[in-house]
Amino acid sequence: MRRKYVRALGAVGLAAALFAAAGCQASDEGNDAGGDGNCGGKLAIFGAFSGPNSGLVIPSLNGAKLAVRQHNEANADCQVTLQEFDTQGDPTQATPVANQVVGDESFLGVIGGAFSGETKATMDVYEAAGMVMVSPSATAIELTAGDNKAFHRVVGNDATQGAAAAVYFRDVAKAKKVFVINDGTTYGAGIAGELTKALGDLAGGTDQVQEKQVNFAATISKIKAAAPDAVAYGGYTNEAAPLLKQMREAGITATFLGFDGLYDPAFPSGAGAGANGAIVTCPCLPPDKAGGTFSADYEKEYGSPPGSYGAEGFDAAKVLIEGLAEGKTTRKDLLEWVDAYDKEGVSKYLKFDPTGDVDKSRVVIWAYEIKDGAITAQQEIKLS
Amino acid sequence: MNFDALFGNLAQHTVDGLSKGAIYALVALGYTLVYGVLRLINFAHSEIFMVGTFAILGTWSLLGITDTPSIGMAIVYLLIGLLVGAAASGATALTVERVAYRRLRRMNAPPLIFLITAIGVSLVLVEIYALWMAGFFSGRGFSENRLVIGIPAMLKQETVISVAGANITNVQIIMVVSALVMLYGLDQFINRTRYGRGVRAVAQNPDTAALMGVHQDRVIMLVFVLGGLMAGAAALLWNMRYGITKFDIGFVIGLKAFTAAVLGGIGNLRGALLGGLLLGVIEVYAATLTRSTWEDVAAFVVLVVVLIFRPTGLLGESLGKARA
Amino acid sequence: MTEALRQFNERRRHAFGGMADRWRALPRWQRWLGVLAGIAFLYYLPFLGDIPGTNLIIPGLDWFRTDSIAGGSNWAGVLFVCALYVLVAIGLNVVIGLAGLLDLGYVGFYAVGAYSVALFGSTQSPVVQSMQRQFGLSEEWAVAWAVCIPIALAFSLVAGVLLGWPTLRLRGDYLAIVTLGFGEIIRIVAKNSGWAGQAQGVAGIPGPEGPPSADNTVFGLLKIEPWYWLALTVVLLMVLLVRRLEHSRVGRSWLAIREDEDAAAVMGVYPFKFKLWAFAIGAALGGLSGLLFASRSTFIQPETFNVQLSILFVAMVVVGGSGNMAGVALGAFLLAYLPERFRDFSEYRVLAFGLALVLIMLLRPQGLLPSRRRTRELQDRAKEAAVNVA
Repeated sequence: MRRKYVRALGAVGLAAALFAAAGCQASDEGNDAGGDGNCGGKLAIFGAFSGPNSGLVIPSLNGAKLAVRQHNEANADCQVTLQEFDTQGDPTQATPVANQVVGDESFLGVIGGAFSGETKATMDVYEAAGMVMVSPSATAIELTAGDNKAFHRVVGNDATQGAAAAVYFRDVAKAKKVFVINDGTTYGAGIAGELTKALGDLAGGTDQVQEKQVNFAATISKIKAAAPDAVAYGGYTNEAAPLLKQMREAGITATFLGFDGLYDPAFPSGAGAGANGAIVTCPCLPPDKAGGTFSADYEKEYGSPPGSYGAEGFDAAKVLIEGLAEGKTTRKDLLEWVDAYDKEGVSKYLKFDPTGDVDKSRVVIWAYEIKDGAITAQQEIKLS
Repeated sequence: MNFDALFGNLAQHTVDGLSKGAIYALVALGYTLVYGVLRLINFAHSEIFMVGTFAILGTWSLLGITDTPSIGMAIVYLLIGLLVGAAASGATALTVERVAYRRLRRMNAPPLIFLITAIGVSLVLVEIYALWMAGFFSGRGFSENRLVIGIPAMLKQETVISVAGANITNVQIIMVVSALVMLYGLDQFINRTRYGRGVRAVAQNPDTAALMGVHQDRVIMLVFVLGGLMAGAAALLWNMRYGITKFDIGFVIGLKAFTAAVLGGIGNLRGALLGGLLLGVIEVYAATLTRSTWEDVAAFVVLVVVLIFRPTGLLGESLGKARA
Repeated sequence: MTEALRQFNERRRHAFGGMADRWRALPRWQRWLGVLAGIAFLYYLPFLGDIPGTNLIIPGLDWFRTDSIAGGSNWAGVLFVCALYVLVAIGLNVVIGLAGLLDLGYVGFYAVGAYSVALFGSTQSPVVQSMQRQFGLSEEWAVAWAVCIPIALAFSLVAGVLLGWPTLRLRGDYLAIVTLGFGEIIRIVAKNSGWAGQAQGVAGIPGPEGPPSADNTVFGLLKIEPWYWLALTVVLLMVLLVRRLEHSRVGRSWLAIREDEDAAAVMGVYPFKFKLWAFAIGAALGGLSGLLFASRSTFIQPETFNVQLSILFVAMVVVGGSGNMAGVALGAFLLAYLPERFRDFSEYRVLAFGLALVLIMLLRPQGLLPSRRRTRELQDRAKEAAVNVA
């Protein structure tokens, strides 16, 4: 009996020793952040970097990483660390992550969230800690409707784009009747609602589809019955590609217009020949207008052109990095820095209004046309 | 509720629903076959279907096919697709049986254990495709593996017949006819051949079948392969009709096909066909009456109502008893 | 190979069984002491590795924390989620492990609980806003958190009975698909109904201290430890409750129904009634867990309550050892904790999860900490199979 106890004790001791070793190793990391003196620091980025929705988010993560790398290579004495926090786009996982980030005093600002849901779930936490958020891709209108001070986004909100699409239908496409479809997500339903409002009596017919749907026979019957000369879709590539494909196969020739959820190389490649002539609006400048070498740099680094929100990821990181480089190395200073930011970015001109949106007068919305499987810039949509 | 939209063109909606249900029916056959023999729900069957869509896509892009080749070539490509899809799905089904289920069968484990194992297998298959294979078959970069992938169109969809206001396209005819042909073939195979007799024997009473000299493992392998073949055929129809695939398409289609199998009477081949077609029609009707978002709710409500009045589905459950 | 594995399993089973026997053989006061020490440790968990009130740390224990890795999540936050899932697992165990009903739509009850507190407790919910208009109340008015608890319990109980009434007469496999459909219906209805906030969800969900605000001192936004302790306390209370139930007449009836429904009916145990009981009790526990989740998150959206979460719940119960409360609690803890601790795998997490499910089921089908009776049932089945083959 006694021998057994001794053996058990020995095992426990050994285990403890092992974990102690492991523990020391683990705690060594993370202390090497930040440069010397009053420059540089640590940023966090969160979003769906793994899991089924990561395809939409990885480009913005890559964009942010690129910005950090470029900065660190150019400024050896002012290093910025970017720590990734994977949430799989799930608010349940994003909340403890937010608590971790605000609880660690060395984090000065956060890039994110990637989706509106996780952003909404965590913005109160960041607000309570006075930590600035710069989101590359959360577009839901209500995110900036409250009195949250911490949240900013470098992406235009759904209202602006909805209004711009209405202008495009009225002035450019000269449409008489527009059929509006949305996918029932916060993003899709929100932006489609804004478009319908802006369209007024041009809006004729509507349907709501759901995520992961592939058969759109019923929707197509409704479109045929309404006989519109344009169709607008609020949602993402996943459903838009098969929908457009089936529309064209069913012989519907109406102009197809989607929003920035479709500004994604997978859209033309998924929809195939049917995508030709489709219009995608995006509050982002064409690469050649953006100036700088972002597009080329990105492609060199990652082997493919920047997908959806790649440029916004870069911009969001850039805004914060420049603040750190200017010596804004407290949370309060960095928040003030972002509030006062006023500069040309890669995706658009970056200046935030008091709600955290990009200054509406500075938002530039472009219409892109799908030509031979590529997204090509068509024209800027002039609001009012 | 927009009844005008529904009854204004009821024939068209019915045709749309039937062609939608044809794929459900073919996938449902896989669930039904396995359930009929083993009394277990092979939840990984949906991924076996997904593997088929990717294998066909991979072969077609290897052959360098572009949109709408000539009719003759299209038929050749479709046949190649059928072979590849059926082979890939059949092989996957067989592997799943061998690796995941056989040991549990030996232990005579309760259904719950099979269920969790199947869910694990299905996660593994999905992730293998999301991480590596999708890029391999589509020739795209790693980071885009999780995005939707387009497939070249084989046939130009054209209206060939108009009946009672419904425009029926060539693809829709192919889909419904192939589902019927596949089911007929399977039905004949199960009811007329020696192998089929073995399947029926094991379905009725495994012990007696073993005593009579039926090799049980071989029958079970056969059943998995047959289910895989049907899923491969469904994958071809899918590629032809929808022209896209993605690593996670299996989940929804599997859910629907399983619902279809239960609706018709799980374990019953004809029930799977009836359930599949019916489910497709219900969904299109519901989407037309309201919005597409409600079609799943309608499908499940109909399922519950049917099960309350006919607890074993519309045609009852019986693979062995059908005409034994 | 398989023979060696079997022997290994056998030995391990003996080892575990031996431990349990030795535990039962201890004098009562020693067992009480052990339980108390265990509970105290659970309350200490958020500080794992630290000694509260001092700057001292216990080396080694740190390693277990999820925030010990770069990009790791807040430890107390993860513990809170673990506690929630343990509560879910205990509830689902009543349905699956005790009554033997396969429920794939448990997330529906979790959602009903979460939506109850969201729709009645938040000033931003369409339901509360329409009540304000209807009764001329101020814009600050909402149902108090404490009142939301019975509302959530009542709604999830009713949901359990409503689902169980027509479907519990169905056999196991049919029940699985019908419950799965039920979970989906709840999600789709919430997503498409204006009164439930649609896809945008509902924000501003209150906690014990009222609506979320930076001024809340105990149950606030930044410190999660109190939330964990709250959830843990609820878990412990529910464990006591379910234990009492398990050893009562109801518990014995469940057992009888699970083992042989027809025999139970002959002996005068009316299966339908007791199945419905199991369903309703399980539903109430799921609802309670959902309520805690919503209160802590302050925001919910319908997409959270998807089928995958339901499947995760079932996996927790089966992996842990269905029928044994300690087992399902362990299963829930591990399935919530391990993916968070081993974030380094990021891209491969789901793959690893799937592989783990398959391996555990193949090598240890009775679960990690099985109930004794369940293990025996499995062995009986295996013996039957052997007879059949021979």
